[in-house]
Amino acid sequence: MIAAMAGGLGLAACGEQKQDRHTLVIGMTQYPATLNPNIESMLAKTYVLAMTRRPFTHHDTDWNLVCALCETLPTLENGLAVRETLANGKQGVAVTYTIKQGATWGDGTPVTTKDVLFTYEVGKHPASGVADGELYRRILRIGVKDARTFTLHLDRLTFDYNAINSFQVLPAHIDRANFKDPKEYRKRTAYDSDSTNPGLYFGPYRITEKKIGSRIVLERNPTWWGKKPYFKKIVVRIIEKTAALEANLLSGSINYIAGELGLLLDQGIAFEKRHGKDFDIQFKPSLVYEHIDLNLENPFLKDRRVRTALILALDREELSSRLFDRRQPVADSFVHPLDWIHSKATPRYRYDPARAGRLLDAAGWAKRDSKGFRVNAKGRRLTFELMTTAGSRTRELVQQILQSQWRKAGIDIRIRNEPARVYFGETVTKRKFKAMAMFAWLSAPESVPRLTLHSSQITTAANNWSGQNYTSYKNPEVDKLLDAIEIELDRPKRRVLWARLQKLYARDLPVLPLFFRADPFIIPKWLKGIRPTGHQDPTTLWVEHWRAERP
Amino acid sequence: MTRYVMGRLVESVIVLVIMSFVIYALIGLMPGDPIDLMIKSDPRLTPADAARLRAVYGLDKPLAERYLHWAMAALSGDFGHSRLYVQPVLDVMPGFLLNTFNLMGLTFVISIVIAVPVGVYAALRQHSAGDYAINLACFAGISVPIFWLALMLIIVFAVLIPVLPASGVSSVGGGGFLDRARHLVLPVVTLTIFSIGSYTRFMRASTIEVMRQDYIRTAFAKGASRNRVVVRHALRNALLPVVTIIALSFGTLFSGALITETMFAYPGMGKLIYDSIMGNDFNMALVALLFATLVTLLANLAADLAYAWLDPRISYSGGGGTPR
Repeated sequence: MIAAMAGGLGLAACGEQKQDRHTLVIGMTQYPATLNPNIESMLAKTYVLAMTRRPFTHHDTDWNLVCALCETLPTLENGLAVRETLANGKQGVAVTYTIKQGATWGDGTPVTTKDVLFTYEVGKHPASGVADGELYRRILRIGVKDARTFTLHLDRLTFDYNAINSFQVLPAHIDRANFKDPKEYRKRTAYDSDSTNPGLYFGPYRITEKKIGSRIVLERNPTWWGKKPYFKKIVVRIIEKTAALEANLLSGSINYIAGELGLLLDQGIAFEKRHGKDFDIQFKPSLVYEHIDLNLENPFLKDRRVRTALILALDREELSSRLFDRRQPVADSFVHPLDWIHSKATPRYRYDPARAGRLLDAAGWAKRDSKGFRVNAKGRRLTFELMTTAGSRTRELVQQILQSQWRKAGIDIRIRNEPARVYFGETVTKRKFKAMAMFAWLSAPESVPRLTLHSSQITTAANNWSGQNYTSYKNPEVDKLLDAIEIELDRPKRRVLWARLQKLYARDLPVLPLFFRADPFIIPKWLKGIRPTGHQDPTTLWVEHWRAERP
Repeated sequence: MTRYVMGRLVESVIVLVIMSFVIYALIGLMPGDPIDLMIKSDPRLTPADAARLRAVYGLDKPLAERYLHWAMAALSGDFGHSRLYVQPVLDVMPGFLLNTFNLMGLTFVISIVIAVPVGVYAALRQHSAGDYAINLACFAGISVPIFWLALMLIIVFAVLIPVLPASGVSSVGGGGFLDRARHLVLPVVTLTIFSIGSYTRFMRASTIEVMRQDYIRTAFAKGASRNRVVVRHALRNALLPVVTIIALSFGTLFSGALITETMFAYPGMGKLIYDSIMGNDFNMALVALLFATLVTLLANLAADLAYAWLDPRISYSGGGGTPR
């Protein structure tokens, strides 16, 4: 049938179209919902837009904060950031940025402070629905010096005072008209209604074609002021099924699978075994922190000895070895080992079933029932419900191994999974999980976990389920540390605070740390210049350095 | 007949209105609303902010009131905005609908064109080697996991023998008839292999049943040739149950084939509905599901009319539908 159809269409010999050597086709699994850089936080959008624009500041591949759209990173030391006392007597800061010389929108209009003011207007408006509302709330006002220089007056002086990574400048000359009714801005923004308008972009590339749900085509932006990119055209194709993504790579339909939104680690490892010699495969541990949130209101989990026994009964090294070929580092806390704030003094819980057993005995779980599970004096079995996203193959595999390891310690684990829609929409965010919820956090380098650990951030119906402290963890010392870290500017002093926080986190165990996820980057040998970052900023921020070195 | 058709159309409109409310209410039951998503993006939003935003977006009103507001807007042609694609629903849907129509329509036509004669052939040679071979092929087609079949076809015809594109609707810069046709081959073949088995089995069973009827024996006794009996007497009656199956398939024809569309990165209605539901895109999910309902209702009406054409004993022109 296929031969007939192919023959009938006169295709037998032509096969897949050969690509121009200056065209790169990237495959990834997600389509960006919106292309507006400030509305909704979505990795697929960040990935594509990083080729078309630059943030004022971002983290480089060595995890240092650098300027992209600004001339010089403002600091207290270079005088571009100045402490100021606010009307309420609190300490604020004025931070001055100068827009990069030559920064021009794709239609030839210069990027100016008018755009900065418009972006601020959109960001601070409560109905516009920007992703990082906190940044705009922190900005008290913006002072404009000239067309390129402006000063942000921030309501407090925090250690990351000069990081405005999510302040994504918008083109006032195009989008202001769409902001007349702020409530309707999400629907009217030119990024979605007129996505191929060159005036929306100022990066190395601009979007020239958008097929909803299927592909986005980018071409060189003639007004880009930086290094001229090698590829004339980049096509981002969306193929959600990773098996199909792999087949497309092998067929030549795509050249490269984006590590940020491509194969899962186990698929990458299997791919390496089969096709490793044909591709340059890089496994980069990322800031995606896989963990299990514990519901500390569960009567059994209230006891710290039980929580400690749970982690001691796990052989996470063995788990990482069996499932991930040791490419995913085991986590001691929420801090990645590559982050400068990582403390080696943080307690490490190596597999120690004997100590786990002693702790459980001491906590009143010494007896065993007929099936070998631990029971307390009242005859109640030590049972926990472990939940995660249904259909997430890797997580479900991890779950099964955890279940079997805990079973050896006499702990009964009941697995109950839900579709992501329900799991994240209700169960986790409204703290409906009975005992354990496995999922991941994506953070930035030196990210303060206020939302997940501060007692004021416990999600409740009363606060409309805002905050992200799903474990209901309360520790006054942790609260104080979080407050102190945010405003401590001295790095050595801050390192001490971070070390203490990690120690308390590992001691109290509101969360069972599992590992940091690693992303496989499947790169053809001829494609050079891709440097995985390991943090939230995608590789495409350096797309102008990508090149083909074909034989 | 006209009265019957008009009656059925009115019935369909009523069903559609009821279904619109039911779907609206069910979608409203799903966890999360646009404000919940905003809170997820910015967990520092205060309860007061959330309450104010709910009021701004009209989400603080009772379900019935919100439905009426939506229905009134829909009557004036405004079916709302897609949250996922940030465009009016009616601007997004046609592209997906056209893709699905091409994919499913072609699959449907090819499946019927092959399944009807093959089913009749198998029925007329019941228990022969040919019948067994057809049955085996049918069961293989029905039982093979569509995900696996799609992957195998991609590996064979796009990787090992690279004669066809592995995925997508068209090439970048392409989009002509031939280009689109090439991209359709593998998904159409996947779906055809999957659907042809059941159509063939229905056709075979139905033909066997009809061939046992008295009027067929009478036709043979009158000296009619085998071909004439099959074509003139058996086929029309044997098609009746198949028409029912086809009519029921029409709903799915426009609601797409999720797995196949996902495997071939083919943006069709199946993916659109799935993504809309999973992505809290209420307006899109609502309109797409309503559209599938409308198509099913119309297809069933068409099937009822086809019955009358195929079987003269069926009449809708009065007399309570008593066979003559």
